Amino acid sequence: MSDAPTLTPEKRAEEEQLRAVWANPSGWRYWTSVNNSQVGLWYGSTAFAFMLFAGLLALLVRAQLAVPENDLISAELYNQAYTLHGTVMMFLFAVPIFEAVAIFLLPPMLGARDMPFPRLGAFGFWSFLIGGVFVCGSIFFGAAPNSGWFMYPPLATSEQAGIGADIWLLGLSFIEVASLAAAVELIVGIMKCRAPGMRVNLMPLFAWYLLIVAGMIVFAFPPLIAGDLLFEMQRMFDWPFFDPERGGDPLLWQHLFWIFGHPEVYIIFLPAIALLAMIIPTFSGRPIIGYSWIVLAAVGTGFLSFGLWVHHMFATGLPQISLAFFSAASEAVAIPTAVQIFVFIATMLAGRVIFSTPMLFAMGGIAIFVMGGLTGVMVALAPFDWQAHDTYFIVAHLHYVLIGGMLFPVFAGLYYYYPLIDGRHMSDKVGRFAFWMMFCGFNITFFPMHLAGLRGMPRRVYTYPADIGWDWFNLISTMGAVVLGIGMFAVVVDVTLHRRRQPKGEVNPWKAGTLEWISEPEENWGVRSIPHIESRYPLWDHASLAREVKAGEWYLADASEGRRETLVTSVLDAEPEQVLRVSGTSYMTIVSAVTLGTVFVALTFKWWIVSLLSGLAFIAAVLYWLWTGTGEIPEKDEKDIGRGIRLPLYSSGVKSAGWWAMFITMTGDGTACASLVFGYFFFWTIHEDFTGGLTGPGVLWPMMALALFVLAWAATVVAREVNRRGGKTAARMLLGLGGVLSAAGCAAALAGPWTTGMYPTAHVYPAIVWILVIWAAVHGALGIIMQLYCLARSYAGRLTPRYDMELHNVVLYWHFMLVTALITFSVVGLFPEAI
Amino acid sequence: MWRVLPKEIESLWTLFTAPVVWALHFLACYVGAAIFCEKPSFLGSDFDNLRIAVASITVVALAMIVVSALLAYRQWGFGTGDPPHDEPTHRDRALFQGYATLLLSGLSFVAVIFTALPALFVTECLR
Repeated sequence: MSDAPTLTPEKRAEEEQLRAVWANPSGWRYWTSVNNSQVGLWYGSTAFAFMLFAGLLALLVRAQLAVPENDLISAELYNQAYTLHGTVMMFLFAVPIFEAVAIFLLPPMLGARDMPFPRLGAFGFWSFLIGGVFVCGSIFFGAAPNSGWFMYPPLATSEQAGIGADIWLLGLSFIEVASLAAAVELIVGIMKCRAPGMRVNLMPLFAWYLLIVAGMIVFAFPPLIAGDLLFEMQRMFDWPFFDPERGGDPLLWQHLFWIFGHPEVYIIFLPAIALLAMIIPTFSGRPIIGYSWIVLAAVGTGFLSFGLWVHHMFATGLPQISLAFFSAASEAVAIPTAVQIFVFIATMLAGRVIFSTPMLFAMGGIAIFVMGGLTGVMVALAPFDWQAHDTYFIVAHLHYVLIGGMLFPVFAGLYYYYPLIDGRHMSDKVGRFAFWMMFCGFNITFFPMHLAGLRGMPRRVYTYPADIGWDWFNLISTMGAVVLGIGMFAVVVDVTLHRRRQPKGEVNPWKAGTLEWISEPEENWGVRSIPHIESRYPLWDHASLAREVKAGEWYLADASEGRRETLVTSVLDAEPEQVLRVSGTSYMTIVSAVTLGTVFVALTFKWWIVSLLSGLAFIAAVLYWLWTGTGEIPEKDEKDIGRGIRLPLYSSGVKSAGWWAMFITMTGDGTACASLVFGYFFFWTIHEDFTGGLTGPGVLWPMMALALFVLAWAATVVAREVNRRGGKTAARMLLGLGGVLSAAGCAAALAGPWTTGMYPTAHVYPAIVWILVIWAAVHGALGIIMQLYCLARSYAGRLTPRYDMELHNVVLYWHFMLVTALITFSVVGLFPEAI
Repeated sequence: MWRVLPKEIESLWTLFTAPVVWALHFLACYVGAAIFCEKPSFLGSDFDNLRIAVASITVVALAMIVVSALLAYRQWGFGTGDPPHDEPTHRDRALFQGYATLLLSGLSFVAVIFTALPALFVTECLR
């Protein structure tokens, strides 16, 4: 390429070494790679494959509905097909595709070599793949979930739901773990691994959006995990959380599901808008207008989206004042959503727009999304919603929002970013053909559904009688679906066949200005050297930057110690703080994902022993992974990263990436705990006497458990301080003592409901108390593992007064454990006494 | 007047102040109304009390958002500089944060009023 730099022999040797350090293994070991470009590509391709599979299911559904009284497929297969279609599109495509895009794009976009936890990213991918294949494969055995993608009880708790409901609950719980892993990776990556100088006012908007979205995942997914836990306890052990005869209530599931489900819509939508925020300035030939307004919109939407969940429950008979609060918030969210659209329009008006293929998909997506948004404002009004609820009007609305707000932008992103994958370009001709087929096909399919819905056609019906005014709408919809399918097929052909014949072309054919276009598709190192950033569009404002970066003139150009390294910088101003040694190729990611996957699969089939053994294998695998791959004491204190800057190779506490990962993980974990506590108070609210006249766990045991956990926490905190001051032996004794106290705390926690004879199957009150204390006890047990891990590290000389990262992280865990214990035991022990 | 405001804090978290106030206000309204309507024995049955409670927490929430907006206005240099705030300097970074926080305060202010409006019109726990 023309801007390829001429290198001195030293620089060439440096480059060779860097290349070798970041190289992927060959042969079958290739699959043990953890590099972000490989993992991102696998992740994206897998999500795309799941999307095509779910698309075929949609065609099956449309074929069945094409004519009245059709019996093309059986009713059971039809139920499985639409349930799996929704489930796969939401959980296996819409969310993971953005995790994939983010893992692939963020490092070069932020000027990082890789994400901070490459193995965690790879573990997330393998978990996603195993869980996805498990869930999708079930339909070939006639065992797929068949109760709708939101699994409402009592239908989904009944025998009729079969094993499909368990596959849904356990398979998706496993995938949710992968999403949380990705969220941790993204937040730490965006906050701490940006190139020096990339202050928060210069961050690419994609990164801003992804930061908000990852934060939303941390708060939105845990309520669903908590809901899954309650649901599965009912299905497996008959704990009556959703059984009204024993004090339960199916509405609790709806609350927990939609506390997740509505933010989920925005978790899907915001990253798609983020792609548009990168594409539109490029093709308008100017910086975005209203950068701060976009940040306002992203943060505002992120928050408001958590106040909308009850608008999915308008027809459940809640008090009207409650409905009105959610209706008001649902209207308010239109403000930040519209701000983004206006920012894009303003940017286009102020620039000179080139209507390339990515831009066509972007514009088409916005047009469709705006229509979906308008019907959204309609259904946010409770009286209208009562008319439209559970009709095809809603099916039309949600597809307009999701396909306009997500699928079209993803295709725009595919056409836009394709050159970064291997330097080849996708076909413009095929792209335009595909766009028009998809755009027309989409509207032909979904617009008539509004009308069918207004004429009263309910969702999820297997077939319908002739002559009630639905025939033509359905036939047109089915024909449209075929056209849409042809458009998508054209893209698949383009990706798999056509582009292979294309020669490699320019890597930045669009003359874009953001940093990701500096990356070299054939290299694994992310960026050859890490530049200092001084602009939102560095490639536009700093003409020689690409050449300088590729010539290795900037920071961290070498890997002289043979280690994979990236820079850690400060949150606000991106000042260099540390050289982070990231982990390399490992098969432990696959072993961990397979063992954890086996736990979930075995639970589905109630193979208890296999499940237990796999669980132990998983814990062993993770401990081995941590022991061998993290917290390594470097051979020297500092490293010269070039241009006269020396940075430490190790940090602990709030400055370390691991501390932030623990903080974010535990925030998500705390949200799950809060969701269970919400369940407790939900049951208190709906019953005159929520205990059902049954005895509670008493005060003594819960308070004793609390006291023991407080002492265990104190021992761990003091151990850190003592260790820091050089008192290794005292610290070890305190850690051991902490472990003993935690074990006693766990025992006391379980002793409460045990000694008072609370039977969890008898009534929902003992069931929810048991769940809360088991949750606390399991966290206590994890705390013991962590204390013993630090103890072992200390004896092995891997945790010293100077190098004490693990201990800082474990103390942080115990801070969260303290809050968990305080809330849990106050609630189960004191609350029944107080009322 | 500015002396009563606390010292300027250097943190990303200040951006989220006003939306967090919105979230707490929303939660208080929702939880308060749910308990009120489900358990008349616990919080009484006079709906006007609920409306007064919603009005009171709304005033408190709006006041907190106004304070957040004032702090943001100060961080934005009292409006002395215009966006886009895209210079690679500490000052422009702070101005950007101030401006974005101010915008979010505005959105949160409107959203809090939106949330409170039903209490003006709804007069009973009708289902």
